[in-house]
Amino acid sequence: METPENQIAFKEETLKEVGRITAQFPEGMQKSALLRVLHLAQAEFGWLSVPVMDYVARLLHVNPVEVYEVATFYSMYDTQPVGKVKLEVCRTGPCMIEGAEHIVKYIEDKLGIKDGETTADGIFTLKTVECLGACGYAPMLQAGEKFHEHLTEAKVDELIEKYKANPVANYMGM
Amino acid sequence: MARKLLLENAHIEGIHTYDVYRKNGGYRSVEKTLKTMSPEDVVEEVKKSGLRGRGGAGFPTGMKWSFIAKPDGVPRHLLCNADESEPGTFKDRYLMEKIPHLLIEGMIVSSFALGANHSYIYIRGEYMYVLHILEKAIAEAYANGWLGKNIMGSGFDLDLSVSPGAGAYICGEETALIESLEGKRGNPRMKPPFPAVKGLWQRPTVVNNVETIAAVVPIVNEGGDAYAQIGIGRSTGTKLISAGGNINKPGVYEIEMNISVEEFIYSDTYCGGIKNGKKLKACVPGGSSVPILPHYLVCKTAAGQDRLMTYESLADGGFAAGSMLGSGGFIVYDEDQCIVRNTWNFTRFYHHESCGQCSPCREGTGWMEKVLHRLEYGHGKMEDIDLLWDIQRKIEGNTICPLGDAAAWPVAAAIRHFREEFEWHVKEPKACMERNYGLVAEKIFEPATA
Repeated sequence: METPENQIAFKEETLKEVGRITAQFPEGMQKSALLRVLHLAQAEFGWLSVPVMDYVARLLHVNPVEVYEVATFYSMYDTQPVGKVKLEVCRTGPCMIEGAEHIVKYIEDKLGIKDGETTADGIFTLKTVECLGACGYAPMLQAGEKFHEHLTEAKVDELIEKYKANPVANYMGM
Repeated sequence: MARKLLLENAHIEGIHTYDVYRKNGGYRSVEKTLKTMSPEDVVEEVKKSGLRGRGGAGFPTGMKWSFIAKPDGVPRHLLCNADESEPGTFKDRYLMEKIPHLLIEGMIVSSFALGANHSYIYIRGEYMYVLHILEKAIAEAYANGWLGKNIMGSGFDLDLSVSPGAGAYICGEETALIESLEGKRGNPRMKPPFPAVKGLWQRPTVVNNVETIAAVVPIVNEGGDAYAQIGIGRSTGTKLISAGGNINKPGVYEIEMNISVEEFIYSDTYCGGIKNGKKLKACVPGGSSVPILPHYLVCKTAAGQDRLMTYESLADGGFAAGSMLGSGGFIVYDEDQCIVRNTWNFTRFYHHESCGQCSPCREGTGWMEKVLHRLEYGHGKMEDIDLLWDIQRKIEGNTICPLGDAAAWPVAAAIRHFREEFEWHVKEPKACMERNYGLVAEKIFEPATA
């Protein structure tokens, strides 16, 4: 569900964090904070709807299109609704040879969704992603900020149970 | 036992905290620098050390530093490239997670050398948890007077901030990194002007990899000459290698650049040999973009000499019979791995990560992915192999940034060394879906150069 435009506003502590981040850049260069503020927006609002992006644009005094082009360029941003917990499975070379394809298939079968889809209860989105820098601990997936490495079917079962019981994936420390 | 300069203390309990790090000799290089050295002295030590960029290109760091423009009244910046995204590479993550203060210490000394008063660590967005570790450590460094105004009464001011990416391999390219840090899409810039003249916010900028900056700490502590004693030839010092693939002991290893590839793969100190008693089929020694080596060129060069873990030895034989040290992302393949599938997988990666500015890369990576997909899935034709060769040749060297080359090289090397396996996929489309080709004949395909 898109949040109605007039209700979009960061919580007070998030606004404080935005202030801390923008202060890291020289006067007039506040656009540099954009990527991080979009992470904060995604953590707080779930995904980056047009009204959310417009809000970020107003906050940083940039044109909305400057936010749209960034939000659509980087793979971590969701410009469509996603589940509460994104299971991002690395599919690149070193993970592939250690069984990433099997892990993806196993999650697809278990949750009854395909890569890129969200479960009907809105809890899980499965997404295959490119190299996350865990090649020596493959196969792996990321949920929120956390890396889950050396995956096995049993570990995936455990993870899914955990997130079903408490569908919160820590992201941006939130 | 090999000397470790970066990870020597990485195993110590609590080393990620300021107190433990300091107790173990941390921030000595900052004291030495600010009390006894001029910025030029630091640059000189780094030049003497022979340190080369650890992110992949291997450009001499001291020389890179000496290029920075110093126009009056224009601030300069040091940016740390922590966008580690080259498949096979995970050493920077390890270093920042285990021993974050080492990077901060290196940033302080390097910023002093360059005359930068506000430096940034640009870290890939997927490493958000590492960003939190770094910010915590930076706060400790401020609290203990190593960052901020007038550090140790030297008159040198330095602010240090961390800024995340959001999922884009291309931002590891230094001008794309700068664009991204300015809050834009990560499209690489045309050069010149080089970042050393016009970088972040059009100001003179140096971008260095995490490991490069960390290496400045032992260089200042022990002296550039002592550092240059380690290693062979122009491969001085130690290098972090991320070892992965079908080996017994994957992980991050700090090596002196003088050991052989054979020792690195088979010794229990490092990779511990091939997993499950299998045979070695191939190795990508420096991250996904460097040429793959067939088993008979991994431990020996084409001339029959021992291949060493150095910039020069791994490149021995050129692209016909050698590879590159690159970022040190060392991926080992056993006899069961399919080279066509692996090449398709890497090409899909480059297609996914192409920023789309240059047609040869934007279109070519997609074409190669499609052709490789049909070869791998049993719908390929013999001509497809030459078509692939043709496409990669037309990408290489024809793009603004090296992503085009990075996408072309793995395809070229796979065809060069494993052409028979590609042909087998065309001849035996059913069999290739069920089993893998196995060890290839010891032949090198000689492509037509026309």
